Amino acid sequence: MLRRPLGALGFIIVWVFSLVVIFAPIIAPYDPEALDIPHLFEGPSSTYLLGTDHLGRDILSRLVFGSRIALVTALSSVGIALVLGLILGLISGYGGSTIDNIILVILDSIQAFPAVILALAILSLLGPSLLNVILVIGFTWSPGYARVVRAQVLSVKENTYIEAERSIGASRKRIVLIHILPNILAPLVILVAMDIPIVIAFEAGLTFLGLGVPPPTPSWGAILSEGFNFIRMSPWSIAWASLTLMLTTLGFTLFGEALRDVLDPRFSGLWRA
Amino acid sequence: MTIIVLLVVITILALLVHIVPGDPARIFLGQRANPELLARFRSAMDLDQPAHIQVIRFLWRILHGDLGIDLFTKRPIIDNIGDVLPHTIILAFTSLLFAVIVGIPLGVYSASHPDSWADRLTAIISISFITIPNYVGGLILLLIFAVGLQVLPSLGVGDKGNPIDYARHLILPSIALAIPWIGYLARLVRTSLLEVFNADYIRSARAAGISEVKILYKYALKNAFIPTMAVLGVGIGNLMGGAVFIEVIFNRPGMGTLIYNAIKMRNYPLVRSGVLVVALLFILTNLLTDFIYTLLDPRIQIERK
Repeated sequence: MLRRPLGALGFIIVWVFSLVVIFAPIIAPYDPEALDIPHLFEGPSSTYLLGTDHLGRDILSRLVFGSRIALVTALSSVGIALVLGLILGLISGYGGSTIDNIILVILDSIQAFPAVILALAILSLLGPSLLNVILVIGFTWSPGYARVVRAQVLSVKENTYIEAERSIGASRKRIVLIHILPNILAPLVILVAMDIPIVIAFEAGLTFLGLGVPPPTPSWGAILSEGFNFIRMSPWSIAWASLTLMLTTLGFTLFGEALRDVLDPRFSGLWRA
Repeated sequence: MTIIVLLVVITILALLVHIVPGDPARIFLGQRANPELLARFRSAMDLDQPAHIQVIRFLWRILHGDLGIDLFTKRPIIDNIGDVLPHTIILAFTSLLFAVIVGIPLGVYSASHPDSWADRLTAIISISFITIPNYVGGLILLLIFAVGLQVLPSLGVGDKGNPIDYARHLILPSIALAIPWIGYLARLVRTSLLEVFNADYIRSARAAGISEVKILYKYALKNAFIPTMAVLGVGIGNLMGGAVFIEVIFNRPGMGTLIYNAIKMRNYPLVRSGVLVVALLFILTNLLTDFIYTLLDPRIQIERK
């Protein structure tokens, strides 16, 4: 993986990001919610490395703590999507044609909405909170996982070893859980890796619109949205939060692609960057 | 199949309001709740009826092109939507146009010069573009060109009667929306072209001594465009979703701002109609893409039969 420079770059960014998440309280120079009213909208200086926002809060500290929200949301919502997708996909792929068709219609209907619009509609009803954002993203993302799982199950279950298992009278549960499940995991690992940056950006977007993580929690979307409200006073909040988001999503994407090339050699060469 | 999906989508939207904890009418109207408004809200949403009647009435009204009367402005919702929808559609198509004009040539150039430095540079640019969330692109463009340099307008759609002014207001938003698609198309075109270049008929053409330029433009491109077409169709739908962010950032009237403002005002009937219209357009563009896809590549139709 490390022989490819872009993959290595992705790995480094993900590694740094993880360190920031783990050591946030040590890295952040100030309390992310501490106000410094005499110092509003300041540019970068030796006191405030990246400047301050409209309440005089240290932008660097807010970005550092925001990484925790980003990671927690991404991991939990992708986790929920994965579990939901596994359940639906396994039932759909191994449960016979009637249930398969019903599940396919449900998946099609959920995917008939652009993800942002569906998430906005549900969040407008549930109200903004970290938990709701995680649940809604998990739900919105689950059809993608269900489809991949279903397709994998359909191809794996034609194998001779599954037939052999059936012929010696193994139960459905045993076949699905012990023989099918382990054989469909590789593409799911790739999908999870590729989805994490997308979900990080998605959550920040929902928060930017005021429907994600509510203030004063320091999150990247909130920093962008506050910067946007005061765009004519100071560009720093937007500039730094944008840069952070871009670097993070780029890093995770490069990392995910390198992972895909390693796990699924069929793709390598085609997409090589 | 599409009809069934449509029915399920409409059912979901008709009943979605019930995920609200408590009485939807009171929660949405909040401070504004007076008996008259409560009654109007309940009857607009058929909340006084059993669930299946709510679904049937919602469907019945949609079939008659009636999305109800807006609770607060007392205008027909369909007129509200009709006012702003063209702006969103124009924005989506302009972005797609930018993406095609920039992305496809990049992909073609990369594929015809594989492993050159230009190819590598394009690869890096494409992946960076793909990973830039469109609202980040929008904010950065806004910061640089509208707030910093002040060369382009930052707010609204401009004077609707003046095409030049309208176009100037369209530049930044549509570029912001196009950025990820430029990267995506460049990559996609490169991949499909390289695949086509390996095909036997291209080898035969080369063996027959046909010039590389002719091979590229006459034989290879046509076949490489088929997967691209499929993606473009889905793209229009996705762009309509992404337009929410861009319209809010550039304060443009459109479906995105309509839904966003309705959410802020807690005007749920309007949110629901807006979401319905976007979903319908999304389904429609997917159908249309499928249709064009089979026209372009008859093999697909044969496979399906």
